[in-house]
Amino acid sequence: MWESAALSVTVFLPLVGAAAIALIPHAKERSAKPVALAVTLATFALSLLILASYYLGPAGGQGRAFIVDVEWIPVIGAGYRVAIDGISMPLFVLTNLLTLLCVVYCFHHIEPPGRPRAFLGLILLLQTGMAGTFVAFDLILFFVFWELVLVPMYFLIGIWGGPHREYAAVKFFLYTMFGSMIMLVGFIALYFGAGAETFSMVELSQAAAGGEYGIVFQRLVFLAIFLGLAIKVPMWPFHTWLPDAHTEAPTVGSVLLAGIMLKMGTYGFVRIAVPMLPEAAVDYAPFLAVLAVIAILYGALCCMAQTDLKRLIAFSSVGHMGFVMLGIAALTTAGVNAAIFGMVAHGLITGMLFFVVGSLKHRYHTSTIADIGGGVLQTTPRIGAILTFVAIASLGLPPLPGFWGEVVALYAAFNPAEAIVDAGLLGLFRVLVVFGAIGTLLTAGYFLTMLQRVTMGTPPRRWVDAGLQDVSPIELGAWTPLLVTTVVVGLVPLLVFGITRPDVSRILTTALTG
Amino acid sequence: MIAELSWLIPAVPAVSAALIFLIGKRLPRHGAEIGITAMAATLVLAIAVAAQVWRANVGVTIDPEGGGGAFLLERAVTLAPLGEDIAVQLGMRVDGLAAMMFVLVALVSLMVHIYSVGYMHGDARYTYYFGLLSLFSFSMLLLVIASDLLVLLVGWELVGVCSFLLIGFWWERKEIQDASMKAFLTTKFGDVGLVVAVVALGGATGSFAIGDILEAVEAGEVSHGLLTFALIAMILGVVGKSAQFPLHTWLPDAMAGPTPVSALIHAATMVTAGGFLVARLYPAFHESAAATGTLAVIGAITLITAGLLALVQSDVKKVLAYSTISQLGYMIAGLAFSYVAGVFHLFTHGFFKALLFLGAGSLIHAAGSNHMEAMGGLRRFMPITFWTFLLGSLALIAVPPFAGFWSKDEVLVSALDAGGYTGILVFALGGVGGLITAFYMTRVLYLVFAGQYRGHGQPHESPASMTFPMIVLAVAAVGIGWVNLPVEAVQARAFSSWVMYDLGYWVEHPVEFHPFLALMATVLALAGVLGAWAIYRTYPERDPMYHLGIVSHVLERRYYLDDLYTDLISRTAVRDLMGPAAAWTNDAVLDGVVAGAGRGAMGLGRRLYRTGDQKGLEGVVNGLGVSALWSAARVRLAQSGNVQLYAGAMFVGVVVLAVAFAVGGN
Amino acid sequence: MAAIYPLTFAALLFSVGVYGVLSRRNAVLVLMSVELMIAAVVVNLVAMNEIVATQMGDPLLTGQAFALFVLGIGAAEVGVGLAIVLLLYRNRANVNVDDAELMKY
Repeated sequence: MWESAALSVTVFLPLVGAAAIALIPHAKERSAKPVALAVTLATFALSLLILASYYLGPAGGQGRAFIVDVEWIPVIGAGYRVAIDGISMPLFVLTNLLTLLCVVYCFHHIEPPGRPRAFLGLILLLQTGMAGTFVAFDLILFFVFWELVLVPMYFLIGIWGGPHREYAAVKFFLYTMFGSMIMLVGFIALYFGAGAETFSMVELSQAAAGGEYGIVFQRLVFLAIFLGLAIKVPMWPFHTWLPDAHTEAPTVGSVLLAGIMLKMGTYGFVRIAVPMLPEAAVDYAPFLAVLAVIAILYGALCCMAQTDLKRLIAFSSVGHMGFVMLGIAALTTAGVNAAIFGMVAHGLITGMLFFVVGSLKHRYHTSTIADIGGGVLQTTPRIGAILTFVAIASLGLPPLPGFWGEVVALYAAFNPAEAIVDAGLLGLFRVLVVFGAIGTLLTAGYFLTMLQRVTMGTPPRRWVDAGLQDVSPIELGAWTPLLVTTVVVGLVPLLVFGITRPDVSRILTTALTG
Repeated sequence: MIAELSWLIPAVPAVSAALIFLIGKRLPRHGAEIGITAMAATLVLAIAVAAQVWRANVGVTIDPEGGGGAFLLERAVTLAPLGEDIAVQLGMRVDGLAAMMFVLVALVSLMVHIYSVGYMHGDARYTYYFGLLSLFSFSMLLLVIASDLLVLLVGWELVGVCSFLLIGFWWERKEIQDASMKAFLTTKFGDVGLVVAVVALGGATGSFAIGDILEAVEAGEVSHGLLTFALIAMILGVVGKSAQFPLHTWLPDAMAGPTPVSALIHAATMVTAGGFLVARLYPAFHESAAATGTLAVIGAITLITAGLLALVQSDVKKVLAYSTISQLGYMIAGLAFSYVAGVFHLFTHGFFKALLFLGAGSLIHAAGSNHMEAMGGLRRFMPITFWTFLLGSLALIAVPPFAGFWSKDEVLVSALDAGGYTGILVFALGGVGGLITAFYMTRVLYLVFAGQYRGHGQPHESPASMTFPMIVLAVAAVGIGWVNLPVEAVQARAFSSWVMYDLGYWVEHPVEFHPFLALMATVLALAGVLGAWAIYRTYPERDPMYHLGIVSHVLERRYYLDDLYTDLISRTAVRDLMGPAAAWTNDAVLDGVVAGAGRGAMGLGRRLYRTGDQKGLEGVVNGLGVSALWSAARVRLAQSGNVQLYAGAMFVGVVVLAVAFAVGGN
Repeated sequence: MAAIYPLTFAALLFSVGVYGVLSRRNAVLVLMSVELMIAAVVVNLVAMNEIVATQMGDPLLTGQAFALFVLGIGAAEVGVGLAIVLLLYRNRANVNVDDAELMKY
């Protein structure tokens, strides 16, 4: 019973919660917050239970567990197939953790026009979509969850966003929608390409490993799927929706967007693109790696020119996701491990960065660096200290999590998969390592400049007089778990590496050696 | 086996840092007592470990053929598996080198902690300061003890960020912010090389453990080209961290931090991390002539250029900073030829340079200014500071029998013994460097302590909490060099055996003592002293150092390197050109393509509903929206709200359907 | 085929109802016209039952039973309708259906 129901309950509980919140009468709008908190708390507790029983149960911490496989749309061979394995687990737990903290944060403030009922309902809906994406083992189901995410995020940006919210929301929606439609074409091609005519990810991966797909077919389909995933990641040069969306989105929207939604793209590479189209993945790996390194350098350089804090962090995400993609492009266990570690690290750290910047914006009513004018360490010392810590974590200071993701990705790129070496591309990858390492320097450069301009120095007169409130208990409640997790994951990287390694190893071995 | 407990050496300061940050403010002495207790405990442990290594290494007869024999304790737990068969290991690698560094770091750190109680008294961020000191001590000791290059890298970066936070301790002022940023970014530039080197060595040998890497290198498993590449990249990291030419420019600026911090981080410990790293991987460097040659050249250039820069400084801390860079040059050059020479100089320099910095702090405390123009005649007011500073200076000038003499002599001798172009270069420049060192230190002594007091107020001797550490370090500055006497005495060459990683190597490469050479170096030093004496024995109104025409100009502009890095590269090229260029590319080109694609795909709809100039996706979106509005405007006429109209429509519909059935059906 | 008469009657009655619904402006009259249409349907049901019973031998009085249902529901419907009309009157002081166009667009 627990085995078969746990995942579905955890994924759909927020959906039920969203429905329940929708039923709350208008007059009792305020009670939406406790309801949402209870739902996300329960969801997070359930996901921790799943994590625990994944280790203590028969799975023993590797392979797929909590498998459910029932008919859903038999006529096209789509099933309700969910399961969880070492690759999904960290992202699944992270999703539920971040959503919980977002709901906690909503007790502090919600951007105008307020309306907690609608806001929290959408967040819970978003949670179902995000969590579902990470546990779906059927391409159609995956796609449904994948698309489910778009709608609430569209409304979050479009209703609660900044001054240019409509433009950002529409751009976000249309751009990612465009990518995912082409990705759907790729999925359908996979369906017909395999003799089995199924959408089951497991069976398709086996078919791919068995050499069902010809190389030309693989290359075409990879391009289609690549486009959908790359827009979501976002990889250079498909990233232009991201800064707009982040700049305009409400704090919580930014946190979830950066913290979870970007990972859906990279997760798709690990779960779908590489195992199902292994030969094409090898062929395209150098392109992925080059794009990744361009993203690293380019994101960092763009950051230097930014005048808005949220936009700066958005561009830093481009760079960080570049490291993740570099790890994936190496196509080795170490690389994919590093990528997943990088995803978790980025989710924790950048999520936290958006929280802090959101709180700054709430106090200063602007996120423009020049308008804040420095001296945050004096006006609101604790927020300043937290911002300093998180920025330093984000620039990859060891032993915080960002470092492990980056350095192991570089290591993986230095020693890429045999197939890449056989193609004579070892030299290219090793050159990319050097450029990637230079990216860490640029990252440090813009983050420190940002800190200097925001936290240090003496604050402008008007902010001193404004009597800004330092960190509130609610904010502290939302942030402390994130900060603690950041430090713990950094100090004990085993927490993530240990979960992911067996399954990453299994997937890659199956895919690349048949 | 006390060495089994070595892991406590970094652990104790780590706990101390956590405690200070958590509860320090509530304690009667605001956290200082925790830091000092912890460092004292660390020092006791360090000495115990060092003593054990000493017993194991010193005076042991070694068969030259067999090799090995040096004390080595390796303990590791797997921190995380990274890939198929590679992992990062949290472990300790305790040998003579580590033990030596334990003692150096723990002792200087303890002294700086005690000194800071007086120096930082009354500062608004007193507790934060002590927390950072403890955090730094932990990071440095972690770097030293690490058995895994990744963990070493962790320590390496952590000391960097501690240095950043401590230089920028008084962050309200712009120039201090700039100094801390410059320090962090310049060393980070070097770290790019180190990261590449670590990744390359790990990738080439399949392990990040230092022991495994050294084994693989010695067994010839790493191709020579790759090894040289990795080591040269690593040298970049060393150059950044140890402030070697041409990345030395951050260290003088780092003097903006509190003076005890300069003593600990920017003289005795962190800046020597580069030398330590080379020593740590010495067997690997030994395999690559290109790498050691690079070290020698860099060291030689650094020791002479930085020494020249020290001549034209009026800020006493900056003189010491350039002197530190110069001495680090000796270390790096020494490591190129002989493991012991570099490590020995690192050891002695740590004590006497920390002493000099603490002395400088005491002077600044008294005179209220960094500038030597505002000092003078302080010998009468501050006897303890004077005497300890004098002893430190003599050690730095390398007057026998003070500490610096023995170690610098070792560097010069090993360079001469090695011969070749690099050997001669290091030897010649090293000799001249000794002359310069003597000159600028004598200049400092005269400007600060002789003549009349030229500053404001009434200077006074510093409190005991500040003079006590200076006295302790002065004792070390005098005597610490005797642990490696190059004569057949009781404990001859004890230090060399103590820190050696392979006693067989040591037996094979004995370094001779050349009395003539030592005499020559001493004469050069005395010449420098005499030269300065001639100029500065009475206070010169017109300091000749500032009036040497083009030479002074170039030196005062620091060879224009700062202009090159700060203005040209980092400000103009990266921040003002590349950053905006990337941003422009982003907004105009990439976003333009996206928007253009949107336009192209939806162009038809747009032409139907909107004319004229539209920008970006907005036109497409609006086009879609307008099309919806247009059709809606027509369709909605049907929604009249008139019930009878609806009913009539229904009726007509029913009739039509009825007719249709009647005609079409049967 | 005696059923032709009641069916013709029902059709005429229904037409009168439709005419009333479409042409009258007064909501009460519209309601009454609706009642006429319902009455026509009831007649139809009874007449049809006659046809079904004679031709197919159905002994059950299905049509009559439905007719009773429809009458009952029709009574309820009149109640609701009149209530709406009353509210309309109370709000607007007239019961002209042309003016009640809140649902426009």
